[in-house]
Amino acid sequence: MSNMKTNFDLNQIDRLGGSVNVENNQQPQSEIRNALEVRDLNFFYGSFQGLKNINLNIEEGKVTAFIGPSGCGKSTLLRTLNRMYDLYPGQRAEGEINFYGQNILEQGQDLNLLRSRIGMVFQKPTPFPMSIYENIAFGVRLYEKLSRSEMDERVEWALNKAALWTEAKDKLNQSGLSLSGGQQQRLCIARGVAVKPSVILLDEPTSALDPISTGKIEELINELKHEYTIAIVTHNMQQAARVSDYTAYMYLGSLIEYGKTDEIFIKPQRKETEDYITGRFG
Amino acid sequence: MSQVINIDKAVFARRKRANKIGLALSMFAMVLGMVFLIWILAVLFIKGFSAIDLNLFTQSTPAPGSEGGGLANAIVGSLMLIVSCTLISTPVGVLAGLYLSEYGDRSKVASVTRFVTDIMLSAPSIVIGLFVYALVVAQVKHFSGWAGTIALALIAVPVVVRTTENMLRLVPGSLREAAYALGAPKWKVAFMITLRAAQSGIMTGILLALARVSGETAPLLFTALSNQFFSTNMNAPMANLPVVIFQFAMSPYDNWVSLAWGGSLLITFAVLGLNILARVVFREKVQG
Repeated sequence: MSNMKTNFDLNQIDRLGGSVNVENNQQPQSEIRNALEVRDLNFFYGSFQGLKNINLNIEEGKVTAFIGPSGCGKSTLLRTLNRMYDLYPGQRAEGEINFYGQNILEQGQDLNLLRSRIGMVFQKPTPFPMSIYENIAFGVRLYEKLSRSEMDERVEWALNKAALWTEAKDKLNQSGLSLSGGQQQRLCIARGVAVKPSVILLDEPTSALDPISTGKIEELINELKHEYTIAIVTHNMQQAARVSDYTAYMYLGSLIEYGKTDEIFIKPQRKETEDYITGRFG
Repeated sequence: MSQVINIDKAVFARRKRANKIGLALSMFAMVLGMVFLIWILAVLFIKGFSAIDLNLFTQSTPAPGSEGGGLANAIVGSLMLIVSCTLISTPVGVLAGLYLSEYGDRSKVASVTRFVTDIMLSAPSIVIGLFVYALVVAQVKHFSGWAGTIALALIAVPVVVRTTENMLRLVPGSLREAAYALGAPKWKVAFMITLRAAQSGIMTGILLALARVSGETAPLLFTALSNQFFSTNMNAPMANLPVVIFQFAMSPYDNWVSLAWGGSLLITFAVLGLNILARVVFREKVQG
């Protein structure tokens, strides 16, 4: 798995799911395919080390949750996966993050293309200051040239994916800001899905929402995982237990325990994980 | 127990007294300010309204000694100067503000630009007039509407730059990140998302810059000068309200003085209108 002397080209990766013939992919043990493999990842905010020697795999078509107390580095880890940290000078990552075999931390990546393949939804809903239709079309137009009718179809498809079509179909020309908070967040998910990424990163997507909207988003995650690989950061352990297949518990920038969600929640291997999950800590 | 209550009462009385004194002082300051403001407006309205009639808008400034006349040439001239000033200062100011907020950020160039802009913001307008006089008027050897436009634009640009930058900084970083997360390149994020999110704030800034510029007299004295006749030639001296007011108010002719009052009232209304418009535009943004 480590001989990744790659000449990086995200275009190789199939737009619909990342099925590329990666010749140097030597993983004979099973058919499990990893969308992302994090190897020896260290992350620095200036001189402060935010992540310490992280190693984990994010399996294709599954939901992976990151839990842990505030400041433990779970959002930082998520933001390295699409190199969002690159927008800010002074932040840097060392190690490897292999996205279908391509190390995205290498120099000279096309970050825009990378981010179109690894989408992200944020804590607060961030609709763009334009109509609902344009909110979705904006991302699609960046990399695809669609006719008007194809675009109409894509918008409807994406809104359907995000379970927003019935609520939004009569006001596609209204501002995205006119929607409620939960609807705005689903619009952001629709926007992310519309560009057809292979991985979707969710950074505490429901922490600003009411319980009903939260329920809808969680249903949505369960739907989406059939077609997309999902990584979610959450403060809410019940949420992690409900939606995820794998759970990673992080503390002070280190990955304490990582495994199947059932195992982590029922019989954690580490004392720290158990303390956190049972509420004795955090 | 009763002692405690007594102490409380004493403290209470002192606080009430202090409150009354503070309130009285600030009320006095407020009244002082309002009296002069209302006085100015009252005089302006009384003298100005008697001068406003149809002739004010249809006739040009009268020759010395002749009766009647209006301000048509000055109104049209002022409008042309302000419109051309807007056309120059809006793109320059908005793009510079965009650079400062989105691209330059903490770089050397940006901080120098910011410093110079701040100096320009407080530069006396007469100095800017003199500068354009030396740079343009003295070179081409005649006063002109273009020279006036340049002088006004030099005053408006720093205002637009700073408001644009401030408004762009108010756009939450999460909105930019959301656009980057879709794979948008930086220029598209800046122009299609950030600028758009701040557009009503920027509009407000432009309108306030225009409000400031539309009353400026000093820079126009050296540049556009004035013109007794109706002219839309930007290459020639151009009549405009502030300079006409300046010349007419000090003249010995009654009809000239009356026209100056009428012109003052027009400018006041224009500035008031621009300010109200700026508020309306900004409120729309706040309500989303």
